[in-house]
Amino acid sequence: MRLLRYIMFLLLLLPCCGALAAGSSHQEEKTVDVKKIIFDHVKDSYEWHITTVNDKHITLPLPVIIYSSRTGWEVFLSSVFHDVDEYRGFRISREGNYEGKIVELDAEGNEQRPLLDLSLTKTVVSVFIISFLLMLIVVGTARWYRNRKPSDKAPRGFVGVMEMVIDMVVESVIKPNVGSRYKRYVSFLLTVFFMIFLTNLMGLLPIFPGGANVTGNISVAMALALCTFVAVNIFGNKEYYKEVFWPDVPVWLKAPLPLMPIIELVGVVVKPFALTIRLFANILAGHTALLAFVSIIFVTMAVNKYIGSAMTVVSVFFTIFMNVLELLVAFIQAFVFTMLSSVFIGLSQPEHRKTKH
Amino acid sequence: MSLLLPDAGLLFWMLLAFGVVFVVLYKYGFPIIVSMIDARKKYIDDALNGAKEANARIANVEEECNALVEDARKKQVEILREATAAKEQMMDEARGKADAETQRIIADAKKEIERQREDALSFVREEAAKVAIAVAEKILRDELADESSQQDYIEKLVDRINGDKKVTEGK
Repeated sequence: MRLLRYIMFLLLLLPCCGALAAGSSHQEEKTVDVKKIIFDHVKDSYEWHITTVNDKHITLPLPVIIYSSRTGWEVFLSSVFHDVDEYRGFRISREGNYEGKIVELDAEGNEQRPLLDLSLTKTVVSVFIISFLLMLIVVGTARWYRNRKPSDKAPRGFVGVMEMVIDMVVESVIKPNVGSRYKRYVSFLLTVFFMIFLTNLMGLLPIFPGGANVTGNISVAMALALCTFVAVNIFGNKEYYKEVFWPDVPVWLKAPLPLMPIIELVGVVVKPFALTIRLFANILAGHTALLAFVSIIFVTMAVNKYIGSAMTVVSVFFTIFMNVLELLVAFIQAFVFTMLSSVFIGLSQPEHRKTKH
Repeated sequence: MSLLLPDAGLLFWMLLAFGVVFVVLYKYGFPIIVSMIDARKKYIDDALNGAKEANARIANVEEECNALVEDARKKQVEILREATAAKEQMMDEARGKADAETQRIIADAKKEIERQREDALSFVREEAAKVAIAVAEKILRDELADESSQQDYIEKLVDRINGDKKVTEGK
């Protein structure tokens, strides 16, 4: 019955697609550059493109903050580039290594990045929005417990869900992996989990203020991994550093050539990279796949409106499927990142070994 | 390729944002929630244990109650039996006392009767003696009216006394 309803819904979509095809028939020659659409989306940008109505782009201009050796600090809105190509010697590069980034020209006329680029880009603003939301949600949840005793009724509704998720993460991820001193790391690991989870979910919302590819950006994932790296290595105990620099292996493996210490050090550095790449690649792939499925509509519509209409059904079906899958991935990636961070932190706190084999 | 190159500005903002979020949530967020969850878990565990103990205690109390009832019933039977015995005894005693009293009264009555009979007998004897003396006086007065008869009588008496003496000596 339910399946039938879905099919009906999809059939109802068909006329809409037909109308869409008719509307765009006068510009059939225009080819669809899927690669550009996808890259424009997944890459960071200096303005937030929300939608296009009648060929008019509705964008949210964002502040550009740069420090150049030539002019010092510069702050202006990215909307200046709508009208002029170059503003005070800066422009957005169209090709090359810095494509899409703000560049300035050096003495030889080559494009060159300014010394510092602290612009509030789409991703940064998205991160701010998500951070604000996250603080609102968690502090709001914590406020519920004020003036309540443990003997009071358990929360229901949203606070209940939050409590369930927090308890799940603490009980099934943090406690077993971090070990006996898990209490110190609970806040950090929960923040990491909710930050990634919320960001992933916001990325799945198709319109502003969601829809930005945030965790699918390598810098964001790397920042999170760096935090874990700090948590692991700053708070690692003596045993951990002994295992890195003087592991329990035959002496010729560590002196005179420090073979094992080198391998261990590589491991220390590789761990955050593994975290970064896993998160970033998964989310990036999800966004790319979703956009690719949506693009099928426009690509096939450009070929023929009948094929286009037929493929629209397929595309909508696959997009829904991908969206649901990404919902799962959003949770799994947050979960995995938290779990691996817990494992790494747990490894940095080895309990003193009592028996040696 | 730029997809794989981290951007310093973005990295900076992300670290800053994450740092702020972490500090805020560390101060006002997660520890409160987690400690509350732990406290509630502990409370539930305690409550469960308490309920278990209470149940066990209730079972004990029931047993104790049953034992008390049984005891009371036993005591009741005992008391009833004792009461019956006491009643019997009291009745026996009362009966015994009553018997003794009756015997005593009867004995008293018999004594009284005896005494009164004695009195009556002695009175009758006295009266009879008085009559006999009066009769004897009259007879003697009639018999001893003249001298000769008086002499005869004295002689007779002396003879009798002598006769009595002989009898006494012969013994």
